[in-house]
Amino acid sequence: MAQRTKRFLFNNAPLLIVISIFVVAYFIAGRVYPAMQKPQVFFNLFINNASLLIVSIGMTLVILTGGIDLSVAAVLALTTVASAALLNKGVSPVIVMPLMLLMGIVFGFTLGSIIHFLKVQPFIVTLMGAYFARGMAYIINLNAVPIENIVYKTLGLTPIHIPFLTHSYVYIYAIVGPLLLLVAIYLSFFTRFGRTIYAIGNNEQSAVLMGLPVGRTKIMVYSFSSFCAALAGIVWSISLLSGYGQYAPSMELDAIAAVVIGGTLLTGGVGNVIGTLFGVLITGTIISILQFNGTLSSWWTRIVVGVLTLIFIGIQSLFYLRKKHS
Amino acid sequence: MKKEPLLKRIRESRLFWPLVALAIIFIFDAIFEPGFFKMGVLNGHLFGNLIDVLNDGAPLMLAAVGMTMVIATGGVDLSVGAVIAISAALATVLINPALGKHLISNDILTKDATNTPLPIIVLVCLAAGTLCGLWNGLLVSRARIPPMIATLILMVAGRGIAQLITNGQIMTIYYTPYFWFGNGFILGLPVSIYIVALVLTLASVGVRKTSVGLFVESVGINSKSTYYSGISEKNVKLLVYTFSGFCAGVAGLILSSYVHSTDANNIGLGYELDAILAVVLGGTLMTGGRFSLVASAIGALVIWAFTISMYTVGVPAAALLAAKAVLVLVVILLYSDYTRRLMNRLFTRKGPQHGATD
Repeated sequence: MAQRTKRFLFNNAPLLIVISIFVVAYFIAGRVYPAMQKPQVFFNLFINNASLLIVSIGMTLVILTGGIDLSVAAVLALTTVASAALLNKGVSPVIVMPLMLLMGIVFGFTLGSIIHFLKVQPFIVTLMGAYFARGMAYIINLNAVPIENIVYKTLGLTPIHIPFLTHSYVYIYAIVGPLLLLVAIYLSFFTRFGRTIYAIGNNEQSAVLMGLPVGRTKIMVYSFSSFCAALAGIVWSISLLSGYGQYAPSMELDAIAAVVIGGTLLTGGVGNVIGTLFGVLITGTIISILQFNGTLSSWWTRIVVGVLTLIFIGIQSLFYLRKKHS
Repeated sequence: MKKEPLLKRIRESRLFWPLVALAIIFIFDAIFEPGFFKMGVLNGHLFGNLIDVLNDGAPLMLAAVGMTMVIATGGVDLSVGAVIAISAALATVLINPALGKHLISNDILTKDATNTPLPIIVLVCLAAGTLCGLWNGLLVSRARIPPMIATLILMVAGRGIAQLITNGQIMTIYYTPYFWFGNGFILGLPVSIYIVALVLTLASVGVRKTSVGLFVESVGINSKSTYYSGISEKNVKLLVYTFSGFCAGVAGLILSSYVHSTDANNIGLGYELDAILAVVLGGTLMTGGRFSLVASAIGALVIWAFTISMYTVGVPAAALLAAKAVLVLVVILLYSDYTRRLMNRLFTRKGPQHGATD
């Protein structure tokens, strides 16, 4: 039993470290700023980072295959602008939302196909995708467009009260991320698709030799990532009730940082989506601390996130690289 | 050594594809916007769209030259934009008298107001860039962190640091001698071009006349076998990242001098991606190996020629990004294995002509 516990601890060390760091950081923050002890502050993490969580989940799967998707933030911005434009034309949200998701899937499918069939680095292809999506967003509308649609307003402004806790609530759109997380956990741990992702990330060549559908899986992963980005765009436009081509600047980097902090190796094959959740929560906690402090400026967020990424990469290389070499 | 046919030698040259791209853009201009090539002389120096391409493209050319060697070792430097911001922020803070004891008054605005002598400002800019590069290099070579992540750290944190330096403000420079780097002219040509030429020449000589270039390429092709053949691949990597940081530092100097101000949030934004694109345009593979500094510089020129052509033709600035995406897509298609094989099949006659090209 002791040995099994030890092995469990060793295998899941990065995840456990992430979780404990989050708990410790939150605890210390609560001691320093007593206002942070309110449960609502915890739920605000989900409300404020709803889009980031969704984007990061998609990004995790892409990074697990050893790729990267730099187009997510641009797809998010494009989705907000496109849905704002359509809604203001009087198109029903029932049509707009599936249309946006479909657009995301098609977008990711195209990128994934270019990556797989033309054998181009994911980095360059998704970069092109980012340029393209932002450019399209600017072509649709250069300015921020408010959304007046009643369905979006209802979705964005209806609080759901948390049972057993008074004065705590989340908005409807904040639940999308956690739900998607459950889907992603199921996908990555309990389906062939998910296990193929890990196989590709560990060694693509062996995956091919094992007869796994490498090409199909890769294209699906990029489609899923863009789907997540489009979903995050819908969530974003619901939460801010507007669309703008400059929304979410450099969110792809925040997402990558969250994934890395969550213990996923950028070389692929190691990590999971649960860690990503805590990566996002840690980023959110840092922002909350800065807000509660009040005297620190917003650019400290960037520095702290950078330093944290560095620390976590250090931890990763301690655990994984040793293991690989031994 | 068998002499290759001329056509094939030209086609195999590293400069061929970037020059073709440049030519295509210029032909496009000649057809749709005949006024594009109009040049004039104003106040003793040349002006015109072509000069704009050179002058605006100078920082990107520098960044691309630095990036080339990094990519040639099989790495990537994502921190270029952030390093540009740090270098520019330092320069601005050193110049701006408003941060010193004096307040900005009208006579300071018109005069050569600075807190620090110009040579020191330049030195600090270059040193800051080099230090950032050194940091990246240490992370990559000594801590063995994958290049993308190692430089990502500085990319995320760098803009924060730059904002810390400028205190989150957009700072304006009121120091005329400093503008010389971005706006000055020597013999009718922009100063920035001379700076690029200097860096490019020094780098090319340093790379091609010594064995450094060979080391860089061998690290890119196979890092492990390089190590086993007795070359310190760690130091090679350290060197290329430091050089990339240095180039970004120079680029920051020129950019801040060009726009007379530093906005830590926006200066050099997206330069890392444009620089990578320029390098890929220049024919250096992202996986590492053979590289050409001049080809990358021409790649940077292609990007700016494209940008300025789009503006001249009347494509709104908003649509420029989408147009750039199309450019990248064309490049991807042209450089993919599939197209290469197709081209080779088209141009090479059947027969036992295959084999090494040099």
